[in-house]
Amino acid sequence: MRRVVVTGLGMVSPLSDSVDGTWKRLIEGHSGAGPVTLFDTEGFPCKIGCEVKLGDGSGDTFNADEWMLPKEQRRVDNFILFGVAAAIQAVRDSGWEEPGEEECLRTGVMIGAGIGGLRWISDTSIVLHERGVRKVSPHFIAGSIINLASGNVSIKYGFKGPNHAAVTACSTGAHSIGDAARIIALDDADVMVAGGAEASICGIGYAGFCQAKALSTHYNDDPTAASRPWDKGHDGFVMGEGAGVVVLEELEHAKKRGAKIYAEVVGYGMSGDGYHVTAPAPDGNGGYRAMEAALKRAGMTAGDLDYINAHGTSTPVGDPIEFGAVKRLLGEHASKIAMSSTKSSIGHLLGAAGAVEAIFCIKSITDNVVPPTLNLHERAEGCDGIDLVALEAQERQVKAALSNSFGFGGTNASLVMREYNGD
Amino acid sequence: MSEIADKVKKIVVEHLGVDEDKVTDTASFIDDLGADSLDTVELVMAFEEEFGIEIPDDAAEKIQTVKDAIDFISANS
Repeated sequence: MRRVVVTGLGMVSPLSDSVDGTWKRLIEGHSGAGPVTLFDTEGFPCKIGCEVKLGDGSGDTFNADEWMLPKEQRRVDNFILFGVAAAIQAVRDSGWEEPGEEECLRTGVMIGAGIGGLRWISDTSIVLHERGVRKVSPHFIAGSIINLASGNVSIKYGFKGPNHAAVTACSTGAHSIGDAARIIALDDADVMVAGGAEASICGIGYAGFCQAKALSTHYNDDPTAASRPWDKGHDGFVMGEGAGVVVLEELEHAKKRGAKIYAEVVGYGMSGDGYHVTAPAPDGNGGYRAMEAALKRAGMTAGDLDYINAHGTSTPVGDPIEFGAVKRLLGEHASKIAMSSTKSSIGHLLGAAGAVEAIFCIKSITDNVVPPTLNLHERAEGCDGIDLVALEAQERQVKAALSNSFGFGGTNASLVMREYNGD
Repeated sequence: MSEIADKVKKIVVEHLGVDEDKVTDTASFIDDLGADSLDTVELVMAFEEEFGIEIPDDAAEKIQTVKDAIDFISANS
């Protein structure tokens, strides 16, 4: 199989409109959480979230006009806007903005979302109900369905290779990168722009997750304390929004054009729980098997890992189950590794989470720093024996990192990224 | 220029993101101003909203230039 490396990174997050801005603030221990401003939370048990901070582009704010013309912005839901912005960053970073015609045929796009244009779907349903069919935007369908993040990026650059989009809830971003890497490994493309995007902070999004008892509800007065993976006080996840996109490339292709190589994607494992629509299997076997499969594909053992970016959503059900699965996987190596949940800082970006967190793994490899788990003061029961990088980032040599993503429906994906040492 | 013509041109500039000087009376939305079929639907919706009229589908199909729009609206509002 052909080897696949990462040559470009892009991100829109609740902390910043860039990878470097997000990474800097993440390592410094900032939180992206605050009161929800995107809709009126009156009557909602959860009133907080990690919103992308809109602004003029200064001070880590996101300026939509930098990424899409105003008339284009009106035609797409924000998840597409964020996905396109992250893709532009990644493509620029990789130096792949103007490949030739033949190269465009070998360049594909795979940017997924967990839910897609939920806010626009919700708003349009009200328009239809109150004002009738003739008031529905002709751009509504093409601006809210999930594969249109990939579609818009493909159209913008003329990338005519495989055009695809994963939809696997909170595993979307990881599945996208893993599947896109396989598309390259199997020689169906040389370059893939891959990742996830999400913007589901809206009334029905919160109503649905609140009714599923999935969101944090006890920290409305102290938003930055709400996302606290593995801490005794965890009480549900905090929703985030944004996008993470990487440029994946066949190794020789990248070397030939002298591209900057961040890391190699060496392992990808998938599994299904076969258990419940929202709850993970109590013995954690789904997550365990995904991690095991990713390591097997990488030709590595658990002892080769230096850092794990956990799914770690800050739910009392999910946190200890994942912790147990990781501990079982690591065995005697448990004491040597660092594991953290960056959802403590940026919240849970749903379909974008796996992609954003894979980028954090890559940054931990290039910078030899692991990001912290914020708000972890007192460990929940059953969460002892692994360094969870509580409260502050740590300098650590990271040669290999694993990222976990688990989604509703019992869909699990693990990615292993390794330092590229020039061989 | 009539008030209707002013408003029509303003809507076209906003929705299609084109320069004002390109929005001449004879300009075709699709051929000259870069609109696609979805844009033309959106434009008709904007005209309906602004002028409080209804433009039936068969009439909308015939509105292909800025002048077509001004004429239809002048006759029906």
